[in-house]
Amino acid sequence: MKIIDIIATANSNMFRSKLRTSLTIIAIFIGAFTLTLTNGLGSGISQYIDKEVGNLGAKDVLIIQGVGESTGLPSDAVKKYNPDKKTVSLESQGNRTITVLTDQDIAKIRKIDGIKSAEPFLNAQVDYVSAGSSEKYIGSVEQYLSGANYALASGKVITNAGKTPEVLIPVTYISPLGFSDAGSAIGKTMHFGVTNGLGNQSEVSATIVGVKEKSLAGGSGLSINSNLMDLLRKTQYTGLPPDTANSYQYATARFDPTISAAALTDLKSRLTKAGYSSMTVEDQIGSFKAVINGIVMVLNGFAIIALLAASFGIINTLLMSVQERTKEIGLMKAMGMSASRIFLLFSGEAVMLGFWGSLIGSVAAIGVGSIINRIVLSTFLKDLVGLQLLAFSPASVASIIGIVMGIAFLAGSLPAIRAARQNPIDSLRYE
Amino acid sequence: MTAPSALRAHEVVKTYGKGDSLFTALGGVSIDIRTGESVAIIGKSGSGKSTLMHLLALLDQPTSGQIAIDGQDAAELKNKQLNALRNHKFGFVFQQFFLNGNASVLENVILPLKIAGVGRTERIRRAHQALAQVELDDKAKSKAKDLSGGQKQRVVIARALIGDPSIIFADEPTGNLDSSTGTLIENLLFDLNSKHGITLIVVTHDPDLAERCDRQIHLKDGLIVKSVTRKATV
Repeated sequence: MKIIDIIATANSNMFRSKLRTSLTIIAIFIGAFTLTLTNGLGSGISQYIDKEVGNLGAKDVLIIQGVGESTGLPSDAVKKYNPDKKTVSLESQGNRTITVLTDQDIAKIRKIDGIKSAEPFLNAQVDYVSAGSSEKYIGSVEQYLSGANYALASGKVITNAGKTPEVLIPVTYISPLGFSDAGSAIGKTMHFGVTNGLGNQSEVSATIVGVKEKSLAGGSGLSINSNLMDLLRKTQYTGLPPDTANSYQYATARFDPTISAAALTDLKSRLTKAGYSSMTVEDQIGSFKAVINGIVMVLNGFAIIALLAASFGIINTLLMSVQERTKEIGLMKAMGMSASRIFLLFSGEAVMLGFWGSLIGSVAAIGVGSIINRIVLSTFLKDLVGLQLLAFSPASVASIIGIVMGIAFLAGSLPAIRAARQNPIDSLRYE
Repeated sequence: MTAPSALRAHEVVKTYGKGDSLFTALGGVSIDIRTGESVAIIGKSGSGKSTLMHLLALLDQPTSGQIAIDGQDAAELKNKQLNALRNHKFGFVFQQFFLNGNASVLENVILPLKIAGVGRTERIRRAHQALAQVELDDKAKSKAKDLSGGQKQRVVIARALIGDPSIIFADEPTGNLDSSTGTLIENLLFDLNSKHGITLIVVTHDPDLAERCDRQIHLKDGLIVKSVTRKATV
């Protein structure tokens, strides 16, 4: 028998007992539907996270901090003061005292093998922001990290090489600052109110170069370029002892992004030995991703359990049809059909059950998924631009159909072996 | 009797079970069936006639003894060759038809060619040919279950014919039919034997059917008790 005939025969045999077949297909459908949805959820979220990693910073950046000393926990012993280490107490980090970095530290980090460059991550305290005749609003600024990609609503990304002060504002600031839309903010001047060491408030101006979309990470603050950061800090530290500015929460260092994971680990351990903790941007968001992956794995597990239950349905269905078709199998064998072809005929029927169940299941999941996407993204996740809660790629859908067909084949092999082993004489005997 | 041997059984023994439960279905049977001959294997139920037919049709192996087809020892053939041989040389007609009731007559007739791997257009052409031979071409599209008993048996004969076999095995071909329909089926089978030279091996307990064959082999308790040859009329 030709393979095409086996497939066609298996397919039509499947519909001989319509009720039984549809019940089995429903069981497979449930499993495939769930698997497609959970998989779509997983890839939708991880695609978004990957995009966010791009927003947060470049792939070749290490965030370096001095090693902190916890003093907040009741069990912690009181630490001795070390005059060589500058520390600040951070309540936001659970009363952890972190060691701040100084220019000497930056110089030391630059000398570490594998570090291409290192810059202190500068911070500026802004009292308010405003534009034109708008009211004054609270705003926090963050230094733009070269290479970071933001989803922009309008304009372009700022550059640290720019010789003029530039700012990238979040889309939420558009209407408070008196702009009608994102486009009309581009090129406009914006003011930053800063109080100096003597207690006098003054303003620094910068040009709005771009407007960034809301995102999960790194989207809430105003991103400013180095030029503007320098201006703000110069104003802020006016009237203070020169050493005051020499204190940074962390530094950003760049390494060769093409190095292997092992080499990166080595680099990190060299930094640890020198007394600094380091993280890549991916490390920072990695834990979040691990949680999402874990949840998706658990959901996938449920889907697989549903498929396992369905595979017993397949076994049952096929055992019954082998039973019913005993004489037919005997006849086909008498007519010269080989045992291996009989096996293929019945396992083909199982694979067909898997194929139809998973095809219908994944098509339904894609349909339901796009409805969920539309509802969710127009309601409570509206602000997360670029998020596709459920993402379905043809490759992943195809592989789900493939997996289900594989499971169905395994389930069908037991009845199929039974059919293949049948003795034509026993099957044809009628007394 | 100069026609070459089509099927030959030599001292064929078939036993089932072991020890105390040992059952001898055939206790040493030798027959030589010539090409173009019609042979009736006749006997009561339990006489071993079905077992003999299964052995001759190469569906089973004898416990001892030898079966030769066209002079070749069947024991030397591989499974694949046996399957191909049954597909190309043998046609089967059964008392219980073994038709797929929900499939069309055409689909049922096509089955041996499908197994042989013949292409679609070719097998449909040959199915119509075979159905025409049993005068059922107009029923090609009907479902097999909607046919009368006689029509079903004609479909079975068409299915046996489609592969252009040299031997047709008919196991109680008229057993499920009334006598007038049975006679029609018999005529059809003997027509094939006389006009197309197809060797016919009929297993039956019906003496009237057996008498129409060239030779009657009477089996009892697994042994040949009588062999009657009709006077050749040629």
